[in-house]
Amino acid sequence: MSLNKEQIKYLAILSRMDIQDSEIKDVVDKLSRIVEFVDQLQAVSTEGTEPMAHPLEQGQRLRIDKVTEDNQREKIQLNANETNNGMYLVPKVID
Amino acid sequence: MNSNWEIVIGLEIHAQLATKSKIFSGASTAYGGEPNTQACLVDLGYPGTLPVLNQQAIEMAIRFGLAVDAEISSRSVFARKNYFYPDLPKGYQISQLDLPIVVGGNMSILDGDGNEKIIGITRAHLEEDAGKSVHEGLDGLSGIDLNRAGTPLLEIVSEPEMSSAREAVAYMRKIHSIVRYLEISDGNMQEGSFRCDANVSIKRFDQKELGTRAELKNLNSFKFIEKAINHEVMRQIEIIEDGGEVKQETRLYDSDLDETRPMRSKEEANDYRYFPDPDLLPVIIDETYIADIKKTLPELPNAKQQRFIETYNLKVSDAQILTTTKQLADFYEAVEKIANTESQISANWVIGDYTAALNRDDLEIKDAKLSAADLAGLLNKIADQTISGKIAKEVFEAMWDGEGSAEEIIESKGLVQITDDSEIETIIDQVIENNPSQLAEYLSGKDRLFGFFVGQVMKETKGKANPQKVNEILKNKLT
Repeated sequence: MSLNKEQIKYLAILSRMDIQDSEIKDVVDKLSRIVEFVDQLQAVSTEGTEPMAHPLEQGQRLRIDKVTEDNQREKIQLNANETNNGMYLVPKVID
Repeated sequence: MNSNWEIVIGLEIHAQLATKSKIFSGASTAYGGEPNTQACLVDLGYPGTLPVLNQQAIEMAIRFGLAVDAEISSRSVFARKNYFYPDLPKGYQISQLDLPIVVGGNMSILDGDGNEKIIGITRAHLEEDAGKSVHEGLDGLSGIDLNRAGTPLLEIVSEPEMSSAREAVAYMRKIHSIVRYLEISDGNMQEGSFRCDANVSIKRFDQKELGTRAELKNLNSFKFIEKAINHEVMRQIEIIEDGGEVKQETRLYDSDLDETRPMRSKEEANDYRYFPDPDLLPVIIDETYIADIKKTLPELPNAKQQRFIETYNLKVSDAQILTTTKQLADFYEAVEKIANTESQISANWVIGDYTAALNRDDLEIKDAKLSAADLAGLLNKIADQTISGKIAKEVFEAMWDGEGSAEEIIESKGLVQITDDSEIETIIDQVIENNPSQLAEYLSGKDRLFGFFVGQVMKETKGKANPQKVNEILKNKLT
């Protein structure tokens, strides 16, 4: 299976990637090759096989419901571009 | 309006689980903290961190599943739901898709005609909540508070089996009541702990396939759900009757304007590219664990309601009101145990004066000064005829304000009922003597003046005369 330009543009929007028109052809080619590689897997019959959710054959370990983390806001927000009254500031999301 | 149209509604309810810590981290879930003081590195999606699942969230989901007769999956899987929004730092929400923890189930409600109707539950799955955005007063920027990010949610998805806004509200109230009985969610709608999205479509009665649906987002009060759905149904009918087509879209309800409007496409992403989260292993739940949890389930609203009707001989509607919350039901039973009044009288007081006082002062049962024993004490004063039901209301108000026990208030205000025949007789004689013209009118056939005399006696005794005795003696005197 190979991908087309429209699919790449759509994926770029979903994944918030800025792909220039000049780059699209290159991306189409490279991604298509990856998808074709994965296509080989389709040749294997999986009938009667339960879908695998994780390669490790064990169950999830669970945590006791206890508050173990304290407030680290000051330290963490040293990484933020901009804050106001403890909130992270970002470009406005709605009008 | 709807005579030609059948309405089809399905609900997705989000109940915030009452765990102390988040679903995948040890940060606190307490409501109302300073912004970002309860958002740790896991919640913020920092590289190198890993989610570790909260056992309590699993247990609460199982409790819910057992309460609605669902199947608990022996193996369930967490998946990533991918979309970009600033209040979702990882760029994906951890949720469940193919293998949710709770599968199937059902809930009985009363339909518009008061008949029992079973609403199917498709599934209930665990997921993490996102953060909160603030858009006002920040100079054209948005502020992000991630305290809520990672709070455990149980998303309860119904079958599209409700056929009116009222049924949808009845179903949501029932689920609300159940999660509170199970103590798995505080159900606080103002704080967003319990909210729902509604899928609404219409079709002609003879039409087989469902119509195109619109999804109404984030309805957080019972009143708004009903209004939003009714509004949306009208909108769809108008479109189709004008020859148009309903678009499949997400709409927001605006309670100020009482209308729904489409969310802009920017706010909407509907290609989530789910895949199993490689950071989390499948959750394996064994039968013994489920059986152990089953043993701890409380008596649920329907069972309790039935028991109240059978044990206390209550009206169905009263039993339903009393069992809405476990707290009110427990309160009633505590009163009922001590009070010597008939069960229905005790119920009337709990549903009537007591609930009215709670609502008036905006109090929870646990915060009210008047205890079940206090109220029972008051009812016993009616039962032993110390006071009349009417005077009891006055005593109740004084007790509510913390002026003392029923006994103390009756004593200090001199409210003891006059039951002594001769004393009542004396007062009646006096009233008859003071009102000769009314007496003449009564004797000439104006029967309804009887009430006037009763009133005068009550006025004379400040309501303390035993009403039955007054009636009895007065009848004798006036014939």
